[in-house]
Amino acid sequence: MSAPVTSTEALAKPSQMSTAQRFVKEILASREMAIVLVILAVIAAATSLNQNFLLSSQGWRDLLLTPSILMVLAIGSAIVIVTRNVDLSVGSTLAITAYMTGRLFIDFPGIPIPVVILIGIAVGAGLGLVNGVLVAFGKVPALVVTLGTMYIYRGVVLTWAGSDRINASDMPREFLRLGTMQIGTIPLLTITAVLVLLGAAYWLNSTRSGREMYAIGSNPEAATLYGLPTTKRIIVAFVIGGALAGLAGVMYAARYGTVSAGAGMTWELNAIGAAVIGGVAIFGGSGTVWGAALGAVLLMTINRTLPIMGVPDFWQRAVVGALIIGAIVLDRYLAARQTRKLQEARDET
Amino acid sequence: MVADQTAPVLELEGVRKAFGSVVALADGTLTVYPGSVHALVGENGAGKSTLIKIVAGLHKRDAGTFRFRSKDAQFSSTADAKDAGIAVIYQEPTLFPDLSVTENIFMGRQPVTRGRRIDKQAMVEEAQRIFDRLGVNLDPRRPAQGLSIADQQIIEIAKAISLDAHLLIMDEPTAALSGMEVERLFAVTRSLRDEGRGIVFISHRFDEVFDLSDTITVMRDGSYIGTVKTQETSNDELVTMMVGREVTELFPKTPAEIGDVVLDVEDLNQAGTFHEVSFTVRAGEIVGLAGLVGAGRSEIARAVFGVDPYDSGTVRLNGRTIPKNKPTAAIEAGMALIPEDRRQQGLILESSVAHNIGAAIRSRLQKLGLITRSSENHAAEPWAGRLQVKTAAMSMNAGTMSGGNQQKVAIAKWLATDPKLLIIDEPTRGIDVGTKSEVHRLLSQLAGEGLAILMISSELPEVLGMADRVLVVSEGRITAELDRSEATPEKVMHAATARHEQIREGAAA
Repeated sequence: MSAPVTSTEALAKPSQMSTAQRFVKEILASREMAIVLVILAVIAAATSLNQNFLLSSQGWRDLLLTPSILMVLAIGSAIVIVTRNVDLSVGSTLAITAYMTGRLFIDFPGIPIPVVILIGIAVGAGLGLVNGVLVAFGKVPALVVTLGTMYIYRGVVLTWAGSDRINASDMPREFLRLGTMQIGTIPLLTITAVLVLLGAAYWLNSTRSGREMYAIGSNPEAATLYGLPTTKRIIVAFVIGGALAGLAGVMYAARYGTVSAGAGMTWELNAIGAAVIGGVAIFGGSGTVWGAALGAVLLMTINRTLPIMGVPDFWQRAVVGALIIGAIVLDRYLAARQTRKLQEARDET
Repeated sequence: MVADQTAPVLELEGVRKAFGSVVALADGTLTVYPGSVHALVGENGAGKSTLIKIVAGLHKRDAGTFRFRSKDAQFSSTADAKDAGIAVIYQEPTLFPDLSVTENIFMGRQPVTRGRRIDKQAMVEEAQRIFDRLGVNLDPRRPAQGLSIADQQIIEIAKAISLDAHLLIMDEPTAALSGMEVERLFAVTRSLRDEGRGIVFISHRFDEVFDLSDTITVMRDGSYIGTVKTQETSNDELVTMMVGREVTELFPKTPAEIGDVVLDVEDLNQAGTFHEVSFTVRAGEIVGLAGLVGAGRSEIARAVFGVDPYDSGTVRLNGRTIPKNKPTAAIEAGMALIPEDRRQQGLILESSVAHNIGAAIRSRLQKLGLITRSSENHAAEPWAGRLQVKTAAMSMNAGTMSGGNQQKVAIAKWLATDPKLLIIDEPTRGIDVGTKSEVHRLLSQLAGEGLAILMISSELPEVLGMADRVLVVSEGRITAELDRSEATPEKVMHAATARHEQIREGAAA
């Protein structure tokens, strides 16, 4: 079970700290902690200008509810990006499943809500499977494949919906209640997003298949030499990304009540942006879904804060852009510093 | 059980593999017994790597028999071969830079507990146990990024040990190691052999082959030549089998007239990498930079050339101070650097030979801002011809060439700039015997023409055979400067390990 006592001497240098100490230290020094601090600063600034931002039940609810759909999308994007791929089609996938949710309620009156949710997830997964198969077997870069499917999926929903739109009155009241329901003071959609986050984080961090996602993104050639099932894992990443986009589509329908063919336009870019802000390396291999989810929270919170501060529209977009560039610059700087540190450590030992 | 001990672990007979019309392996034959270290030797391009890749499940054979542990084997992936109990250490370490050292060792077969959760604690402890056994001080939790090639090789070896394989294949594992590290690797290899595993060992260094192996199989031009007992053969016999002719001179160093100081490095410092480095290189002189891998030799060379920064000190070429961190200024002043890792840093593998040779003199080739293919070919031809680069056409991709030819193209590229000083890092790493002496003859000839050469090498015979003067680097400091006449292997190794020994003695006391 535990290491024999005789080996403690050799262990002395590398592992002086206990597991708990190391855990705390790692969390405090993590990239994710930095985003938490920035989020808190933004909230503090907004609240000082307008107390209702945080200290009203409406403000508290919006703070938690607004980022939840983007969180789910960003988690899916992070999983795909970690394998050194990217999925630009998730916004269009969201539109398809959101519109489909409404259609299911109209075309099959009395259809059980859980069935609708499952169909949404399954259709999203199917659309992701198309991406994954094209990327993994066709050996076409994901950027190209998903750029193509982004337009195709959007075309599907445009043809299907036309100028038609789903209205709140088309959907059962119980379903729409899910979009606003709270448990305690926590909205159900936020709880859903957090559950997705916990599941994804456990999978990526603590299971073989999850770690293999990082390995594949870190060095694809080495992954082949290690005998990792690269093709299968990449397909799985796209299927999960698509399934989460499908879930996000159902959440979208419940939250907003109205769905047109333009739903979720450019959300794929927001999701990728959130992941990058959260420290997910765009060339794969590193970053966590925690970071991506926090990135989504930061993005949406800033989006709500800037109007309160009276910042004009142009600058709101520019701030998001600056955040993304800033995050990448920060990552490069930290990476360079770590490399230097590791080299110096090599000299000292 | 006893029968198992005597049955071969690996049997290959008449294995054939062709890529398109090119036959990479015509007759692969190899029989490895458990408890034996079997050396596989042959010039580059002899088919050793192809043979290994078939055993490893990376390639499928076209014909021939392949039996592993007395059963016919047909691996369709590396995972199959791994599951069957075959571990391969490749020439170039292939690691995941973003992941921890431990994860690199166990990727794909991490120990799991309930809920398919990876048991990280057990994994780290197991990694630490393997490192203790190997006698290395490496933090299993640190990322693989930033590790020296030697340390990366250690991880590859740890990986193979943790696999508990029946057959361990090592493709030039010592190419990047030197001194103590090689000794340590050999000690581990012997203990694995004594546990009854079969080991295939590929190396270009004969002293290692004789030191470690008990059986030697020689290959040439994709075919099996013969198998001999190590005790019953000699260096000369092996070379004859390998090349089909006697290699007369391994180090054809001809004395050259030593001229004025070309390179003058004074008190170069870079925190954490090297300290108080001062030396000179004269025209017509070959100065060898010896030392252990990771001692800081390549880093010093890179700083002199301006690729890496340095904190203080001066670099002068022909009396002129070269600004720091400006490789373009260094090239203009007449410096050339041929890096150690030619696949990544020395060549553009996807480009043609002509394109590669023309790369360093691109600004001179252009007419009205354009470079034509014919002007490139025209400029490249005399150099390729002079170096006897065996390439069907100048338009062939550098990536498809053998290691020896790649090195020649890398040298040609820089000679085209007409340099005053040539810095060359591990000139013959991973190059076969025949081509090695060609590279040596070329260096010697260039020195004779008045070129100043700074040569970094981990192979002691090469340093002692080629250099007019040997500088020994240990932990970022020059610990000895030896003239050709007084340089002996003992003196160089002593200077290279001086501080290591002091530290170890201090720890033991």
